[in-house]
Parts: sequence; structure tokens; C-alpha cells
Amino acid sequence: MSVLLDARHVVKRYDGGDPSTPALAGVDVRLDRGEFVAVMGPSGCGKSTMLTILAGLDRPTDGEVWFDGRRIDRLGETELAKLRRRRIGFVFQSFNLLPTLSVAENVELPLLLVGQRRGTARRTAAALLEDLGVAERRRAAPGRLSGGQQQRVALARALANDPDLVLADEPTGNLDSRSTRDVLGLLRAAHRRGRTLLVATHDARVAAAADRILRMSDGRIVEGRVLGDARPVRLPFDPDPLP
Amino acid sequence: MALLSGSGGHGYELKQSLEHRFGSLLPALNSGQIYSTLARLERDGLVEGDAVAGDARGKRRYRLTDAGRKVLDAWVGEPVPGARLKDEFFVKFVIATSAGLADPRALVEAQRTEYLQSLRDLDSRLAETGPSSTAELLIEGAVLHLKADLEWLDLIEQRLAPAGVPA
Repeated sequence: MSVLLDARHVVKRYDGGDPSTPALAGVDVRLDRGEFVAVMGPSGCGKSTMLTILAGLDRPTDGEVWFDGRRIDRLGETELAKLRRRRIGFVFQSFNLLPTLSVAENVELPLLLVGQRRGTARRTAAALLEDLGVAERRRAAPGRLSGGQQQRVALARALANDPDLVLADEPTGNLDSRSTRDVLGLLRAAHRRGRTLLVATHDARVAAAADRILRMSDGRIVEGRVLGDARPVRLPFDPDPLP
Repeated sequence: MALLSGSGGHGYELKQSLEHRFGSLLPALNSGQIYSTLARLERDGLVEGDAVAGDARGKRRYRLTDAGRKVLDAWVGEPVPGARLKDEFFVKFVIATSAGLADPRALVEAQRTEYLQSLRDLDSRLAETGPSSTAELLIEGAVLHLKADLEWLDLIEQRLAPAGVPA
């Protein structure tokens, strides 16, 4: 397995923060290509900070971040933006869709930003929205959609440029259990198609879908746990349709 | 008794119906248990059996009596107990740690892995299950209980003295 992402002793201190308790206190994370990894831990443990630094959305105070054999924490803003657009998808808890654009335009935007023709972008976006089950809402404003539907659109946007790495910060944090299940199914499908996933979550159900679960506490990774393949489940009866 | 509440049935039909619906929940049923249960219910006046005309083996068809219907209605109407105070992990945890047989943190850790793995198993099973089936409901319930169990392990861990410090 080749290493896709390698973060070495990453430290993050925010200006004005307590220097004795940095947001990240020396984090080492290594993701192999095709891995699905979850990060759990209490609020404020540094999960979101870690994700934004790994995504190149913020820079570490100390340490190194390597993406596909290339050190990225010292890249210039233009180079970093280019890398993010093409190779890294990001999903936020609060969806972060642009409210003035339609659903379809939100997904087309990252395609246009990497220089795709309008027609191609439109077709790619339409196919993704179809895959994620929100095609019929493509002309709507994102705010008119349910949380579960908005997160599907956000996922379509993150997957638009077929990134190697998808980072998701509490992707089901605002969703009910039905939508959580749907979004989880979509993350699993992206993983099956070869995407590398790193998902920060409070939800044990989401974490249990990953192959490996990291636990963070006070800016450090305190534990890593590997789960096995799903074992067969025997039901205590033959399933019937509900009356 | 619920199975008899419609049009009644023979012992053999009951056995088949039970095996179909609860096959792996119940230990292997033998016909003797079905017939002895039916005989006891008949003795108590809750079911009535009639010999099937012309059946040389003495096959009987059972139906509920009025008294049986009352007992069944009472069972249906009574909610099942809510508090689940029997927990296998808790028993093991208390016995093993108080006898000094295991590190409490290690027990919690191992159990957490098992619960997470079980969540993974159930979610994977759910992916094969059609929507709105009894199986989906049962699995969703088990998932919610597992999530509560995981939170409970967090709580137990927080209550333990910090690692390396005697309680």
C-alpha cells in the first residue's frame, strides 16, 4: 500500500491561545491510499484543526504534512489552492453550500475552477447528483433542501473533481438517523470506488464504518484501533415485511 | 396462543409457524414440547382441542377459549419492563476487577472494540435488508442500544481513577 497522506509531529498554536495547551500537540497520522479512517474524541480535542491542516486549509505551527510524496505545508497559496481543488475534497458539518447558487451550480463550480468546459461540468455535476439521489432538486437553492439532501450535495461537490482524499468534519452532525444512514452509505460507496477517507465524527455508527478508528484527546492521538471485516449477523427470526 | 387466536390450528402447524418466525431465537423445538404445552393450556381451560374427524392418529385442532383470549389480551396489553439492569459486561467487569483478575481499563477497551465491531456488523447487515422490514427495525434498535453501550463505557472510563494512580 502506498502512503497518500503523512503528517509528522504536527503542532498548531493559535495566536492568543494558551501556549501550554496547543490545539495540536504533536500529531502523527499516516493514511494509506484507499484507507477509510475515522477520528473520534470530545469537542475541542483538535479533530477539526487536524482536518483543516491536512486539507491545506490552514498551516501548522510546527511539523510537516506530506501529500502523495510532496510536502504541502510550505506550499505557496496558489499551489495549495490548486492541490485542494484537484485532489482533496472537504465536507463540513454545516454543508457550506453557496446560498446564491443553485444545487447544480454548487457542484459545477469546482469543475469550472479547474478549467472544465461549462457543458462538461454540467454533465459531470448532473451525473453526480443523480448518483447521490438529489438530481430532482438540481435547480433549487440549497437552503430549500433538507439537511440530509444538502449534505448529499456537499458530498457531490467534494467528489466532483474525483479527489484522491476526502476529508469530512462531522458530516452527519446535523442529520437525523435516516439521513445519517444515507450519507454513511455514500461515504462507503466512495471508499469502495477507491477514495481515501478521513472522517471526524462523534457518531460511533459512522466511526464503525471505517477500517481504523483514531481517538484524540487534548490535541494528541491517544489510540488507534483496527476493525475487522463485518461478521455475519444472524437474526433471531426470518424477516417479514411490516404489516 | 397468539398463533391460535385467528382460526386455530394443529400442533404441527404451530410448530412450523414458530420455526419460521423465530427459528434461531428459540432452541430447537420438538413436537413433544408443543403438544405438552397445548395439553397444559387445555387443562387450564385456555385452549380447547377437538379431534379431527377421521384422523386415525388422533390429530387435534386447537382454538382459544374466552378465558384464553382474556389471558392473551392481558399479555398483549401489558408493556414489557423498561429498565435493563441485567448486563453481562457489567457483571464481568465488577467480578473481574474486584477480584483483581483484570485491569479495568483493559476490560473497557476490549469491550469498546467489540461494540464498535458489532456496530459495523449490524450496519453491514442493514445494507442487505429491505426497507420497512421487521429485520430493519430490530437492527436499528440494536444499533441504538450499542451506541448507548459505548457512551456507557466512556462514563465507566471517566469514573475510573486516572491510569497509574490507585483508586
